[in-house]
Amino acid sequence: MGLLDLFRRTPPTASLAKERLRIIVAQERSSRGAPDYLPLLRREVLEVIRKYVNVDPEAVQISVEKEDGQEVLEFSVALPEKAAG
Amino acid sequence: MTEIIVVTSGKGGVGKTTTSASVACGLARRGKKVAVIDFDIGLRNLDLIMGCERRVVYDFVNVIQGDCTLKQALIKDKRIETLFVLAASQTRDKDALTTEGVRRVLDELIADGFDYIVCDSPAGIEKGAHLAMYYADRAIVVVNPEVSSVRDSDRILGLLASKTQRAEKGESKVQEHLLLTRYSPKRVAIGEMMSVDDVKEILGLDVIGVVPESPDVLSASNAGTPVILNPDSDVARAYDDSVGRLLGETLPLRFLEEPKKGFFARMFGG
Repeated sequence: MGLLDLFRRTPPTASLAKERLRIIVAQERSSRGAPDYLPLLRREVLEVIRKYVNVDPEAVQISVEKEDGQEVLEFSVALPEKAAG
Repeated sequence: MTEIIVVTSGKGGVGKTTTSASVACGLARRGKKVAVIDFDIGLRNLDLIMGCERRVVYDFVNVIQGDCTLKQALIKDKRIETLFVLAASQTRDKDALTTEGVRRVLDELIADGFDYIVCDSPAGIEKGAHLAMYYADRAIVVVNPEVSSVRDSDRILGLLASKTQRAEKGESKVQEHLLLTRYSPKRVAIGEMMSVDDVKEILGLDVIGVVPESPDVLSASNAGTPVILNPDSDVARAYDDSVGRLLGETLPLRFLEEPKKGFFARMFGG
């Protein structure tokens, strides 16, 4: 350990933890009670889309929403800026 | 009226058993008749923390399977008159615990006039954890201010809201409380650790206690004396406050700031 290390502080990470948790907890809460097949469905949809467009795994979002007593399966795919695959 | 309290967390090693032992002691010390039950089948631990490991003759599964009576299996605490421990079985057969079996034991404790039944949940979300929370009226969710623990406890909150008898029967929901353990005010102050408010905000729970990080917890488990019984420990005071809040007292949270050190302590390290 060099002398300089004594003055070097690790950056505070608590706010990072909070931000990451806020996002993942919200995401997990929204998928709670959703059908068990959803993760598999998401994976297969992603594979099909990737045959045509090279999208990021995070670009495919699936959720089940309840609207007026009806369940709506919602897909959202964010295409990359250069969509030609 | 008997109240059934589950001490749960999802993640292991955050302080469930330490909390179960101290909360049970704290309630009993205030004159309540308390039974504390270890639901961690196969990995018995509560008996060690309570310091009664050599007095276990029969366990929870023995009672359920009818090998003995509940009275024979309940271990009476040597320090507090009204406190009883029901040890977990060391069997590897996780199916030994059944919903009906657990119900029968709880009903017998209720008929015996117990005021509180504290269920020490195993880690994870498997059967033992499920059964520990199933009949609960209240839940103490033990959380460390650390990402995996917070995330796992949110998972547990989801199960409390859906997989308990209260949820299934559509009764009023299990009352949930947040208990933060291993809290380090010093690290919070310099932004290295999430604060009580951070965790509270993420999980949206009321805080029933904040227990500071302290070597007293290890010393207590070494000795088999629940940490709440250490009269010189801030951990004990924090647990006792939590017990007070469980009983409806309004108490301000303590030990959220680092104690100010005097000149000599700062010079020589205290």
